[in-house]
Amino acid sequence: MYEGVVQDLIDELGRLPGVGPKSAQRIAFHLLQSDPVDVRRLVSALTEVTEKVRFCSVCGNVSADDLCRICRDERRDVSVLCVVEEPKDVVAIEKTREFRGRYHVLGGAISPIEGVGPDDLRIKELLTRLADGAIGEIILATDPNLEGEATATYLARLLKPLGLRVTRLASGLPVGGDLEYADELTLGRAFEGRRLLDV
Amino acid sequence: MDQNGAMPLYRDEAVVLRTQKLGEADRIVTFLTRERGRVRAVAKGVRKTSSRLGGRVEPFMQVDVQFYEGRSLDVVNQVETIGAYGLGIASDYGRYTAGTAMLETTERLTETEGEPSLQLYLLLVGALRALSAGEHAPALILDAFLLRSLAVAGWAPSFTDCARCGEPGPHRSFTIASGGSVCPPCRPAVATAPHPATLALLAALLSGDWDVADSSEERHRREASGITAAYLQWHLERQVRSLRLVER
Ligand SMILES: [Zn+2]
Ligand SMILES: [Zn+2]
Repeated sequence: MYEGVVQDLIDELGRLPGVGPKSAQRIAFHLLQSDPVDVRRLVSALTEVTEKVRFCSVCGNVSADDLCRICRDERRDVSVLCVVEEPKDVVAIEKTREFRGRYHVLGGAISPIEGVGPDDLRIKELLTRLADGAIGEIILATDPNLEGEATATYLARLLKPLGLRVTRLASGLPVGGDLEYADELTLGRAFEGRRLLDV
Repeated sequence: MDQNGAMPLYRDEAVVLRTQKLGEADRIVTFLTRERGRVRAVAKGVRKTSSRLGGRVEPFMQVDVQFYEGRSLDVVNQVETIGAYGLGIASDYGRYTAGTAMLETTERLTETEGEPSLQLYLLLVGALRALSAGEHAPALILDAFLLRSLAVAGWAPSFTDCARCGEPGPHRSFTIASGGSVCPPCRPAVATAPHPATLALLAALLSGDWDVADSSEERHRREASGITAAYLQWHLERQVRSLRLVER
């Protein structure tokens, strides 16, 4: 244990995701030995992020305004909605430049063992968005792991009776990989997500 | 690891109970192993989409796994699938919520790491296989698993004979605190009187009489689920969180 404020800093850093007690200590002492100007820049970035960044009132993505850049953009296709778990998934999909519709950020995946159920995610907000009938297709782009899969199952069951086209990202087999090395979850999903080939 | 790079390795069969994110691309995986009870280990790089291990160390998977002993946590070295129950369970929401409650209960019943519990392991594998294949209603598979795992833990409830004196039943009264059905002389001041068909269903779930269980009525299933959940919480110190989210 260190004295007062140093230990406070280590404790706070240790609460960050992926930072263990050892790393927290290392980061704390790095900051103590850094140029105060650099540290002040970090502090102001932290302050600004807590004061200025909000969540888009429509899609739930991080935003500087009430509506995020994507929800404001008139050129985006309003008939297709891509449902993701986290704001960082929006960034990942935007980088591909493949998708021109809009997003809906759930804020996580259904994980009963962590106490997260459907009511803890932005599912009610999703249903509200569907009310005016402008959206015709929903792409479920939850993570390709078990919780993401179960969340997609739940949403598909909820959305299909509404007469929407519900699709799931055909995920899969890593490019350049050998079929024999694929795990069963990935291979199983690749089969499910197979598409018709035009010959 | 010592200076010569020799790492003590061991190999076991296991079911993945829970995964937690660690750092950028790793996970901490909680296993129930066949020989060594509950084991927590680090699976490195499994969150990268290029990982060959990733889909194998997901909840509900039954695997053959090789670990090496680490300083604080062991490390997952190699994994082969034995039973790929994950997708069959996650593709049906009722199965997923029932299955998650099984995994959490298993974790609660194995609080001491490294303490073998072969019976519980076999019960869990059987229940996951049945759930994944859709052999019975998910809630029935869950309740059968909960009752039997409590019995394995030494808390076998009685749904026929008197739980206190052994007087042959069936009896009308029931109290969780006494361990199940009670005869009139043993009956405490406060007792409930579940429907006889509910008690018959509970007895069938505990003994594995699926003909009786599968043909039971919905209202008796609901009452049986309530009694099972109450009985489970009575014996476990902490709440089983996922039980609240099970679709009945
Ligand atoms: Zn938005
Ligand atoms: Zn008695």
